[in-house]
Amino acid sequence: MIRVVLPAHLKTLAKVTGEVRLEIPAGSVDEATPVTQRIVLDALEARFPMLAGTIRDRGSGQRRPFVRFYACEEDLSNEPPDTALPRRVLAGEEPFIILGAMAGG
Amino acid sequence: MSGVRVLVGTRKGAFTLTSDGSRTDWTVDGPHFGGWEIFHVNGSPANPDRLYASASGGWFGQVIHRSDDGGKSWTTAGNDFTYDGDVGQHLWYDGTPRPWEFKRIWHIEPSRDDPDTVYAGAEDAALYISKDGGNKWTELTGLRQHPTGPQWQPGAGGLCLHTIILDPVHADRIYVAISAAGAFRSDDAGTTWLPINKGLRSGEIPDADSEVGHCVHHVTQHPSRPDTLFMQKHWDVLRSDDAGANWHEVSGNLPSDFGFPIAVHAHEPETIYVVPIKSDSEHFPPEGKLRVYRSRVGGNEWEPLTNGLPQSDCYVNVYRDAMAVDALDPCGIYFGTTGGQVYHSADNGDSWAPIVRDLPAVLSVEAQVLP
Repeated sequence: MIRVVLPAHLKTLAKVTGEVRLEIPAGSVDEATPVTQRIVLDALEARFPMLAGTIRDRGSGQRRPFVRFYACEEDLSNEPPDTALPRRVLAGEEPFIILGAMAGG
Repeated sequence: MSGVRVLVGTRKGAFTLTSDGSRTDWTVDGPHFGGWEIFHVNGSPANPDRLYASASGGWFGQVIHRSDDGGKSWTTAGNDFTYDGDVGQHLWYDGTPRPWEFKRIWHIEPSRDDPDTVYAGAEDAALYISKDGGNKWTELTGLRQHPTGPQWQPGAGGLCLHTIILDPVHADRIYVAISAAGAFRSDDAGTTWLPINKGLRSGEIPDADSEVGHCVHHVTQHPSRPDTLFMQKHWDVLRSDDAGANWHEVSGNLPSDFGFPIAVHAHEPETIYVVPIKSDSEHFPPEGKLRVYRSRVGGNEWEPLTNGLPQSDCYVNVYRDAMAVDALDPCGIYFGTTGGQVYHSADNGDSWAPIVRDLPAVLSVEAQVLP
C-alpha cells in the first residue's frame, strides 16, 4: 500500500479528503521492477481519471513544471520516473507527496 | 418573468450572477473552482442548465468542467487535447519555427441544438469538438494543418483560438479567429478552412494586407444576418457583409480603434458595441474614462455611453470575451473588467450599473436568458 498526499486543488478535483491509499497490484512489481514514480502515478490516474494531465503533461508524460514530488524529506522531483521509491514509502511508513511548487500569482 | 444568468470567468475562479427579468437585483454565486484561471464559461443554447467551464493554471494544466444544473454542481469532463497527426510548426516570436504545444482552452462554444456537442478553441491554435458532453475531444485538424499554419505567429497573449461562431443558417459553416493569424471560415463543418482576411490592414506586419498574420481580437454576428460580421482587430473596427470574404473599416469617430470585445445588439443587427482602449501598450481607456461606444448604423458613427460608468481615473481593460448581450427586451449588455467589476445595462446601453465590483480580473462574460 502506498500513501499519496495530493495538493488541495487536486483533492478537490478527485473529490477526496486526506491521504489517498493506493494498492499496487500484486505481481506488477518485484525486485527487477520496483515501485517507481511512474507506477504510483499510473495507479493514481487509473483510480482518479480526472487527475490525468494535471500532474504529468498529457503529451510528453513529463512532470508538469510547477508540480513537485517529495518523500522522506527528499525532493524526488528530478529523479527519473523509473527510479525505485524509498523503502519507507513502499512500506507505507511515509507518504509520497505531490505538491504545487512555491509559485503563484 | 424570465430571468438572466451571467457566467463570469476570472483569474481566480468562476461566478454566476443571476436576476429576474427586471435585472435590478442580483445574486452572486462563487467562486467555483477557486484558484483556477477560468478563461470561459458558456451555456448550451439548447439546454441553458448545461454549462461548460474551462479551468487552467500554471500548476495543474487544463481541466474542463460540465454542469447540468446551471452551475450549482459540476462534473470533471475530459482534458485530453492531443494534437492529431503531425504536430507541425508555427512561427515563434523571434521568427523561428516552433512545434505546436497545447497551453489551454480559451473559448468553449456549445452547439446551437445539441447540449452534448461542444467546440473548444485552444492555445496553441487548434479547434476541437466533443459529441459526448466534453468527455472526449477530437481535433478538427484541417484548421491547424492549413497551408498557412507554418506562418502563424502568436500575439502577446499567445497563439490562441479565441472566437468560435457556429452559423445559425448554414449548418456546416463555422467561423474562428486566431491571434495573430486572422479569421477563418469553414463551410464543411470544420474539415477545410479558408482565411477570410481580405480588407484587413495591419501595420504591424511587413505586408499590411497579407492573407494571414492579422491580430483579430474578436468577431461577432447577429443571427438574423449571418453574412454580416463585425470585428474588433488589434487596431481597427471592421465589418463584412459577405461572410468574411471582404472587410472594410468602420472605426469612424471612435476615440481609439484599439480594443478587444465587440458585441451586437440582440434585436437590432446594425447596433454594435465596442470598448475603446488607448493603445496596444496602454491597455486602459482613453483619458481614464470607461466608455462603451455604440453605433446604431453598423459602424462609422459612434456615440459614447457613459451614464453610470466611471469617467475619471479609470484604468482597467476589458478582454475580448468579456462582453455579452442578453435576448430580453430591452436588450441587456454586460461586460467585465480587469479590475473585477461586472457592469450591466438593462436599457440597450443607455445607462449602466455594476452588478459586482470586486471580483478577480474578469476574463470572460456570457449571458443566458432563463425560462
